Amino acid sequence: MLKLEDVLITQGDFRMQADFTLEVGRKYAVIGPSGAGKSTLLGALCGFVPLAAGRMYWEERDISNAAPNARPMTMLFQDNNLFPHLSVLQNVGLGLRPDLRLTAQERETVENALSRVDLSNFATAKPGTLSGGQQSRVALARVLVQARPLVLLDEPFAALGPALRNEMLDVVRDTVAQTGAAMVMVTHAPEDVRRIADEVIFVEGGRAHAPRPAAALMDDPPPELRAYLG
Amino acid sequence: MAQGAVAIDRTAINSKTGISAALFVLALILLALGAVISRAEVGAGLGPSDWAAVRFTVLQAACSAVVSVFLAIPVARALARRRFIGRAALVTLLGAPFILPVIVAVLGLLAVFGRSGWLNAALEAVGLPTVSIYGFHGVVLAHVFFNMPLATRLLLQGWQTVPSERLRLVAQLRLTPRAIFRAVELPMLAQVVPGALALVFVICLTSFAVALTLGGGPRATTIELAIYQAFRFDFDLGRAAVLSVVQLVLAGSMALIALWLVPVVRVGGGLDRVMPRWDARSGLQLVMDGCVIALAALFLLVPLAAVIWRGLLGLPQMPAEVYAAAGTSISIAVTSILVLLVLALPMAGWIAGRKGGAVETIGLLGLSASPLMIGTGWFIVINPIADPFDFTLLVTILVNAMMALPFALRILVPPMRDAVAQYERLSAILGISGWRLWRVVLLPRLRAQIGFAAGLTGALSMGDLGVIALFADPEQATLPLQMVRLMGAYRMDAAAGAALVLLALSLGIFWICDKGGRWRAEA
Repeated sequence: MLKLEDVLITQGDFRMQADFTLEVGRKYAVIGPSGAGKSTLLGALCGFVPLAAGRMYWEERDISNAAPNARPMTMLFQDNNLFPHLSVLQNVGLGLRPDLRLTAQERETVENALSRVDLSNFATAKPGTLSGGQQSRVALARVLVQARPLVLLDEPFAALGPALRNEMLDVVRDTVAQTGAAMVMVTHAPEDVRRIADEVIFVEGGRAHAPRPAAALMDDPPPELRAYLG
Repeated sequence: MAQGAVAIDRTAINSKTGISAALFVLALILLALGAVISRAEVGAGLGPSDWAAVRFTVLQAACSAVVSVFLAIPVARALARRRFIGRAALVTLLGAPFILPVIVAVLGLLAVFGRSGWLNAALEAVGLPTVSIYGFHGVVLAHVFFNMPLATRLLLQGWQTVPSERLRLVAQLRLTPRAIFRAVELPMLAQVVPGALALVFVICLTSFAVALTLGGGPRATTIELAIYQAFRFDFDLGRAAVLSVVQLVLAGSMALIALWLVPVVRVGGGLDRVMPRWDARSGLQLVMDGCVIALAALFLLVPLAAVIWRGLLGLPQMPAEVYAAAGTSISIAVTSILVLLVLALPMAGWIAGRKGGAVETIGLLGLSASPLMIGTGWFIVINPIADPFDFTLLVTILVNAMMALPFALRILVPPMRDAVAQYERLSAILGISGWRLWRVVLLPRLRAQIGFAAGLTGALSMGDLGVIALFADPEQATLPLQMVRLMGAYRMDAAAGAALVLLALSLGIFWICDKGGRWRAEA
């Protein structure tokens, strides 16, 4: 489990507090108004934004100052999740070997992951030749081979149409189910929350609130969440 | 919602290598400068001929700048508002003088404007007095040949910044061409012209090869040429040192002033875009633009055609030394490319990781420090320890790389910034750092620009006539130096053949690097 202890994140005038615990194998949605700091929260979890105060623990280990790739997590960004000059196979392989020197066994792992996202025939293709949905699936195949206990998603499907986005959410759900990972996903859409999330982290007013069960929260939102959902 | 850019605490690119490279360049320049200052006999001051050199340098640079830029205005204007077959080729041709060896162009100009050139032959045929290309106006002519195209490209950029809404507006108002010029084009020119003037002025201040071949004598000697003469003919290191200091102060201060004025030179494409224009459709304007474009194209193409024509005739006359010199030039050019990349890539990475652009100044120092000043400085440094002539090739290679550094940084830094901005977080999360970051991300992302920078460096080194003229002993020569020797011995046919070989090598190395960088590159 990931534990945030009296965490304070500051960026210029922006301040956000967080104090909660994320459990393995659960799926969390992060929702809140624009500019409330949803992406910043994920950046802090992942090590891109330094903590101004407080500590962060994975199991018993203090990871407050660990480098992004030394943390037990991986992240999909809003864009630039793939290197356009590398093949699909290489892009996924980077999840195992950051120097691209794959052993035969690692290569097989990558090919398995590609077949699980239905991209077996695209191993040698460059991302630029793929559709938006296929590109998202390549990134998800990399998440599969990385097999980190925590997967962070910063609206990676925002540019996709509704049908494709739902399809991707299902692939995500299968992916984290296969690796047993916890998932934290930033989203704008209440229907995404209902589709995939077990719990909701509501970010608003300089605070990332502790996770609450999704269904109950969405059915009976507190006043500030009601104001956001409209 | 993106919450602006998420601040990144750790910079992906290790800045140590970049800082070391920058310090190395700085040390090379400062070492030369220190040596020169230590030998300069301040009490001796400048003699009358030195003052003449200073006056000539400033005067010819000012004149070259004014003529180049004011000739460029109608050319850029015509190119900006006309669409015709071959326009893209002509715009590309405007970039060619940059990679054209100076000495080759001089030979082309001599073939057209020289004593027995085509122009004088025509003048004689109709009974008019002939003209001489040597001296002040010859130097200016050669500088205009090189810098008018550069100025045209700069001004063309200016024209393309004019919003098309404004052109639509003037079309609706049915303004006369003169009114359009005053309302739209003059304000734009007022912004762009000072920068173009400053850039050409600075470039012409450190002119050496042109002055060596077309100038000379007490009335047409640049400071750079005076350094060479003091060094080479009189072996007066003290005087060469004084002149080097003068050159550095003059060119350095002007380069600093120019930094404020010079617009960002877009070296890549992008000038092919034709803006829709609704004005200037009348017959007179059309004829004028056509004439301007034709004259500009002839001014560039005829000397080049002369080089090729004379060169083909001269190829059989070439002595064996030409081939040896060509071999030396090729190896110098290739090594210069390698040295440049080793210096420029880490520096670009370091600069891209920082917010301000202050570091780019170090690269620009190379522009204000003249090759001959650095050569003189290192000669003074090496002389007590070893025979400086043993270091000719090493010094030439280092100076070539340093001269190309400002351009390389301008080419490499912007895409490096983009690559870092786009892929820094993805690389961090995947644990791609250090050398792996270069191998997996940065080098492949920047392939096209690396190829372009390498090509420019190769072409510049291939055609360079600077330090090598200072250092070379009779057995050693690069191809440009060999050409000068052949011309000095009045073996013009052999020199023309060598010019053609040099032209092919310069364009060839540029083409190979540039194409190699873009070959099968994915967007």
